[in-house]
Amino acid sequence: MISAWLIALLQALLCAALAPLLVGWVRKVKARLQNRRGAPVLQPYSDLRKLLFKETRVAHTASPLFRIAPYIVFVATWLAAATVPLIALDLPTARIADIIVLVGLLALARFFLALAGMDVGTAFGGMGASREMMVSALAEPAMLMAVFTLAMTAHSTSLVSVMEHHLADGFVLRPSYLFAFGALILVALAECGRIPVDNPSTHLELTMIHEAMILEYTGRHLALMEWAAQIKLLLYGVLVANLFFPWGIGAAFGPLALGIGLAAVVVKLGVLGAALAVGETVLAKMRLFRVPAFLNLALLLGLLGLLSHVILEVGA
Amino acid sequence: MSASPALSLAFLAVVLGLGSSAISLLAGRQPRVLRLLAMPLVGLCGLAALGAGVLALTQGGSVSATLPLGLPWMPWHVRLDALSGLFLMVIGLVTSVLGLYGPAYVRSFEYGRDSLVALGGFTGLFLVGMLLVVLADDAFLFMVAWELMSLSSYFLVAFQHENAANRRAAFLYLLMAHIGGLTILLGFGVLAAFGGGFDFDAMRAATLSPGWASVAFALAFVGFGMKAGLVPMHAWLPEAHPVAPSHISALMSGVMLKVAVYGFIRVVLDLNGEVQWFWGVVLLAVGSVSALMGVLFALMQTDLKRLLAYSSVENLGIIFIALGLALLFQATEHSMLAALALVAALYHVINHALFKGLLFLGAGAILHSTHERDLEQMGGLLRRMPWTGYFFLIGCLSISALPPFNGFVSEWLTFQAALQAWQLESGVLRSLIPIASAVLALTGALVAATFVKVYGVAFLGQARSRHVRRARVVPFGMRAGQGVLALLCVLLGVLPTQVIHLIDPVATELLGTGMPQAGASGWLWLTPISAETASYSAPLSILALALIAGLAIWWFKRRTVRGVRRCDPWDCGFAAPTPRMQYTATAFAQPVRRVFGLLFEIEEDRTTGEDGVQRYRLRLTDRLWGLVYAPVARGVESASRRVVRLQSGNVRVYLGWTLATLLVLLWIISGA
Amino acid sequence: MSLTAMTLLQQFVLLLAALALFLSFVLLAQPRLVAAIHVFAWQGGLVAAVTLTVAMAGDASHLYFSALLTFGLKALLIPWMLHRLTRRLGLARHTETLTRPALVIMAAVVLVIFSYWVVVPMVAQGLAFTRNIIAVSLAVVLIGLLMMVFRQQAVAQVLGFMSMENGLFLAAVSATAGMPLVVELGVAFDVLVAMVLFGVFFFQIRESIDSLDVDRLNRLTETNEVEGAS
Repeated sequence: MISAWLIALLQALLCAALAPLLVGWVRKVKARLQNRRGAPVLQPYSDLRKLLFKETRVAHTASPLFRIAPYIVFVATWLAAATVPLIALDLPTARIADIIVLVGLLALARFFLALAGMDVGTAFGGMGASREMMVSALAEPAMLMAVFTLAMTAHSTSLVSVMEHHLADGFVLRPSYLFAFGALILVALAECGRIPVDNPSTHLELTMIHEAMILEYTGRHLALMEWAAQIKLLLYGVLVANLFFPWGIGAAFGPLALGIGLAAVVVKLGVLGAALAVGETVLAKMRLFRVPAFLNLALLLGLLGLLSHVILEVGA
Repeated sequence: MSASPALSLAFLAVVLGLGSSAISLLAGRQPRVLRLLAMPLVGLCGLAALGAGVLALTQGGSVSATLPLGLPWMPWHVRLDALSGLFLMVIGLVTSVLGLYGPAYVRSFEYGRDSLVALGGFTGLFLVGMLLVVLADDAFLFMVAWELMSLSSYFLVAFQHENAANRRAAFLYLLMAHIGGLTILLGFGVLAAFGGGFDFDAMRAATLSPGWASVAFALAFVGFGMKAGLVPMHAWLPEAHPVAPSHISALMSGVMLKVAVYGFIRVVLDLNGEVQWFWGVVLLAVGSVSALMGVLFALMQTDLKRLLAYSSVENLGIIFIALGLALLFQATEHSMLAALALVAALYHVINHALFKGLLFLGAGAILHSTHERDLEQMGGLLRRMPWTGYFFLIGCLSISALPPFNGFVSEWLTFQAALQAWQLESGVLRSLIPIASAVLALTGALVAATFVKVYGVAFLGQARSRHVRRARVVPFGMRAGQGVLALLCVLLGVLPTQVIHLIDPVATELLGTGMPQAGASGWLWLTPISAETASYSAPLSILALALIAGLAIWWFKRRTVRGVRRCDPWDCGFAAPTPRMQYTATAFAQPVRRVFGLLFEIEEDRTTGEDGVQRYRLRLTDRLWGLVYAPVARGVESASRRVVRLQSGNVRVYLGWTLATLLVLLWIISGA
Repeated sequence: MSLTAMTLLQQFVLLLAALALFLSFVLLAQPRLVAAIHVFAWQGGLVAAVTLTVAMAGDASHLYFSALLTFGLKALLIPWMLHRLTRRLGLARHTETLTRPALVIMAAVVLVIFSYWVVVPMVAQGLAFTRNIIAVSLAVVLIGLLMMVFRQQAVAQVLGFMSMENGLFLAAVSATAGMPLVVELGVAFDVLVAMVLFGVFFFQIRESIDSLDVDRLNRLTETNEVEGAS
């Protein structure tokens, strides 16, 4: 029991530690694809370190909520990430939150992120908050449809049970999984503010969503916000990787199983990160009002996933 | 009169409510009496109701009594069982808080022209009406109490009647309340015809054919749904709730709508016969539409109280989705799942009473302090009214269904019930329920957008008008009232297993099974079906949240030598930002308005005045007005124009009609 | 019968059928004509793949031929003809403004549920695989018809018609292991002739009303005063 909790703690720390690496990897691959040399893979760590120790400045007009928000955003995102099985399956933390609670925790983080954006009272913050809430409002049902498809197949909303069910079934071609996979990818792109929806490296205020909300943050507050965004990317990556391709994850708590689990998840995330980089290089950012169509496609995929589960996969 | 302490407490509550009403009526022009005597009595009445409800829930079973009132051959029956206990508790929770909040709030009316006699008198009667509806054990007392509730709340809506819009809202309310009352009466008529009596025991014993049961269901659904503000019968709600004084709005939105839910559950699950599966589908459809339309209209509003009223439509929609699931599972003989869905609905009933009460009290506090209901004039209130600000934030988080607050638990339970759809035999139902849950998910996300808008525009940023800049902290009583509700919101979110344990007797009473498995893994873990299927630990998640956040803050506090320095916000190198540059509430809602433009009738125009100032005007109306209400109104009008022809003005013609009617009636009776 | 009880090839057929259904949705909502033709070609390819899979599963040798035929006709020839047609009609960059795309998509989702609801009582309990795939095929047919109802552009309507045919073919192949070869050849020939006729008609229509918007065909009523009156 104690060892299980310790491994859960270890895994939570691993989530936070790996997140900047994933972002660094994506940036590096993207740079190479664009014939640039790019910053080192470990650059995000240095950025975080620098920000954490810099002086923090807060606008005169900011309320106390502005200073609390980074902590809440970071902690909620991290807690959500900690409940996703990363290297080992049967973790006690996974029981704290099932897949719906996970979505809820991310919504909590987003709520405070948007509020923080509106707090200083500049136009950009409000704009970012308004757009973020629109995007998330359309992404959330698609996300839930996708995970419901998995949950209906496994008869459970617990991530552990879903993965165990998937592992026990072996290799089955499920149309519903294919659709859910597509939906989850689209949602992940939208929620993490990646390219067809938002540009993580933009510096033009009018096109920003996520960056517009954290425009006023500096120093450690900014570090926490950035870190939370990186953890969120990792979280979605792990969800996509481990829900649809759970093979390799440690079923037991032995060192060997955990080692294999870690290696498997690193490889899977590496592949996903590279795919993301390719996608971001090939695609252009959409106009804001094309985003609803993009997310409608995600919702449609989610719905079709559910329907094909009901129609094609359950006999009765 | 009765041996049971619970029932005695309930009677005490009724007597206290009547007392409060009588005192305000007798006090005449002494406004302080209302503040110092009548409002605390309201609070005590609430406490008594709360006590009665909790006792009834924990003791189980039911107590009934016969009152020596009513008609000679039809005395009034009252009965207190788990279901009425739960709703007594809901009434009591909000009402007892009003005892704290009310005295300070009504003070602002003391110097106005409005009659405090009416306010105090009808508040008491309104409470008595709601209490009696919940306690009634025969259709006669039920209808009397229902009308008492409707009428007294009509006078409360019309309280500030100098304003023509208020009078219009009150009239619309009265009209629709009566149509609703009429259909409920007809529904009881069907039940009574089969049961052979107007008391509920007789109705329970009767067996109805599926056809007649469906007729009774439809009548009850229309009647109670009208009171509950389900789309498309919601038109009165956003008009009537905002114009009443804020503590009454809290009572109407938080409690009166729940009384309608009570009536619906009582009639459909308790009195009516066998449940049919398509009733559940109807509820799912209407609930989904209500939830989605309610929240979209809420998001579009700029009047804070109107926004909250529309959000009530949405929450009632969620409750009816859960009830629909309960009916579906009950009709297909999955009693355990039906119990889960019913518990989810009842949990949301309590939650909505708490957070909507809290939010209306917060809106009242803002109104009290700034005399402003328009979001576009607010801003920066968190720094001027910190207590109200933090309590309101808890309300916003709870209503947005964010963990670890209470709204999340009930939505989570609803989702869990919906996800058990795979156990149904019918493939069509299996595919319909997930669509309803997709709507629920969309609704949840839009609610979050709505309350980010409310909180961000009202409490954050900078003040947009002078009187908001001068806002001050409200009196202690008002803060305490909000504080109690906020605390309850948090408690109900963190301790779901205990709350479910409390609600469980209702499910056991109505469906035969409860949810014994909910707390099977200990009080830390909420496991509605089994530990493998789903589990949620609110206490642990809040513990982890607090622990990590605390550690991080402590770490930064300890080791950073450089503190936080204040500076000017980023202005892109141009002029410093002014409050007028902030995003407005209208602007915040623009993306969603554009995406869901289909549902609204939008009129917008931009004009440039002679002074070169650009003006933007936006008018947004409910399409349903044109689609449903206007044709009905036109139909009624043309029908009445035809009836007018009978009205010749000649007395003998009228007498002739009377004679003809009499003859026809006699003929019908003799034929039967 | 649940999915895990089926053979891998059967699962693969279901997967392809589900993808064909998805492409029907994409076809329905795709405003760009050329892109829609490409989607249609992909759908034809999927139907051919289904045929091939069924042929491999049930070693019905004539199905190999019909897979080849389907692929050549639906995935290559007809799309190519449509492509050429749009270029010659100057519609290569044509985009159609869809009215209420979200509503149309929702209607299509409802159609899917409806076709499942209709098919369930028609096919015997034991044949779960056949029944499920017939439900999907029926949905493809209905969505094709829906597309013809909601699109104003004549070429898009032809796409709807052709995807209906895809749905029928899907049902025939997967439920009954294919029609006799003669029938199949006949159907293929019919489709081809229909395609040629459509091409001729397009030019005729455009010559007479100078557009391919089928809503303009309303003007061809003989009683012109009706329009004037209203």
